[in-house]
Amino acid sequence: MSADLILEAVGLRRTFHLGRRSSVTALDDVSCGVRRGTCLAVVGESGSGKSTLARVIVGLESADAGEVRIDGAEVRPTTSRSRLRARAKLVQMVFQDPQGSLNRSLPVAATIDEMLRVHRPDLDRAERRARVLELFAEVGLTERHADARPTALSGGQKQRVAIARALAAEPEIIVLDEAVSALDVSVQAQVLDLLDRLREEKGLTYLFITHDLSVVRAVADDVIVMRRGRIVERGTVDEILDRPAHPYTRLLLECAPRPGWVPRRGVIEELAQQI
Amino acid sequence: MSRQTSMEPPVNTVGQDTVSVQAVRRQRLEGPVSGWNRMRRRLGTLGLVCVGVLAVVVLTTIFAPLIAPYDPYAGSVVDRHLPPSPEHWFGTDQSGRDIFSRIIWGARTSLIGPTVVVLVAAAAAVTLALTAVWFGGRVDAFIGRILDILFAFPNMLLAILAVAIFGPSLLTASIALAIGFTPYSARVIRSVALRERNLPYVASAQLQGISGFLITVRHILPNVRTQIFTGMTINFGYAMIDLAALSFLGLGVQPPTPDWGLMVSNGQASLLQGYWEQSVFAGLAIVITVAALGYVGEQLGGRRAAGRTR
Repeated sequence: MSADLILEAVGLRRTFHLGRRSSVTALDDVSCGVRRGTCLAVVGESGSGKSTLARVIVGLESADAGEVRIDGAEVRPTTSRSRLRARAKLVQMVFQDPQGSLNRSLPVAATIDEMLRVHRPDLDRAERRARVLELFAEVGLTERHADARPTALSGGQKQRVAIARALAAEPEIIVLDEAVSALDVSVQAQVLDLLDRLREEKGLTYLFITHDLSVVRAVADDVIVMRRGRIVERGTVDEILDRPAHPYTRLLLECAPRPGWVPRRGVIEELAQQI
Repeated sequence: MSRQTSMEPPVNTVGQDTVSVQAVRRQRLEGPVSGWNRMRRRLGTLGLVCVGVLAVVVLTTIFAPLIAPYDPYAGSVVDRHLPPSPEHWFGTDQSGRDIFSRIIWGARTSLIGPTVVVLVAAAAAVTLALTAVWFGGRVDAFIGRILDILFAFPNMLLAILAVAIFGPSLLTASIALAIGFTPYSARVIRSVALRERNLPYVASAQLQGISGFLITVRHILPNVRTQIFTGMTINFGYAMIDLAALSFLGLGVQPPTPDWGLMVSNGQASLLQGYWEQSVFAGLAIVITVAALGYVGEQLGGRRAAGRTR
């Protein structure tokens, strides 16, 4: 199994101290691996530590213990700009909030242009412009969108721009932190479709953070279920969604709305007690 | 693909005029209607009148030598305390100088001082606030303490102290006031910049290994510029009043330089003898300018942006 792991987290721990007495353990000995070219979904309720896992993997947050390996090589938490840059070449991130993930006072093309200036210093102005439009075409946007400000774009379009920005660095891995959670269902489907196509075309690897189980089946190959900073269950999509072993996973599935769904109070309470 | 994307509903059009959604999007995609129209909608009729008043004041400072009918320094004792007349629109003062000409020339000193105050205060406040926000933690706490100390001194007291040490002059008074104004602006800018700092676009830039300085200047600063500018317009009014008060006390502009605050002060003695012209006209000049600026500033961004109510 370990041969084709492109991304590995080993024994990650992270505790946030909220005050003198209170602290939250967001990651408690979390280990996981993502196979090259696949999508690993991390599911769990709010506060389960899944976003912290994403932030530690991209380097926005440092871990108290444990390590992150990309392509077998350890990447250390760092503030060194050249190391950050090297890591950004491998891992990029798409954020949840389409509103906040783009600078609203710049045309969206300028945001991507900045990425290219960092990651492709070999390109001159005109080449960068051409590359921006190329990236926009890849995510299904046109030149008209490129010169617009984020406020002129819809949520789905903004999220496409954020994906284009991640692609600008030509990364191997993209961490999607609730990337489609803020979008309504029809737009969600389009963006998921786009992500799927990009993965096939570019051989990308995804770490897909979500609380939405209906999305998981559409994109993921493997799933880990997190609760209170620990991984409670892991397996392939079919294993987890069809034959969940852990009561918490069963609870999540039981609570997920689906056609003809009526909350089964008794079952939910029983599962909640077993955890 | 593009047909699909055009079906996506635009988000956050709440608060837009209720024209069709398509029209709003077309307009937003193709840029704003025009700067002028947007400005007019934001300012309202009274706001535009205020802008007009301010334009007149600014033009007056530039063309003072051409507009003023008399030399602001020249007067003869024979002409003391003349009432308003076709020759002397606002009358003459205790030295027989033409008050109208002195008010026109006084616009210069009266506007330069507040300009210095506002620029120095804004520069200091922006630097302190953005540094605090970027580094956070201890740096933020340290800068917060400095601001707390500055808050503890009343502006005027600080200015009087500075004048006592460095001698009375417009520059001393202006810089001292600027220091007094800094914490108010810094506090506001810090709070809005902090909100920006926590947005994912900043995190994304950080991930690429872009330096904190560049992120601050290129990404955070442009997104807090509205608050900075609004704070400046409102502070300008306060600075003008405070400087006039300092000149009135004899701590700012020195006679015989024409200055509105100084003229109010000089007219005080004459006022008791029944010659109201100098104090009243100079006072009106101050009130009209400050009111116009304050109104424009408020229309553009609200009093909150100045960080205080007074």
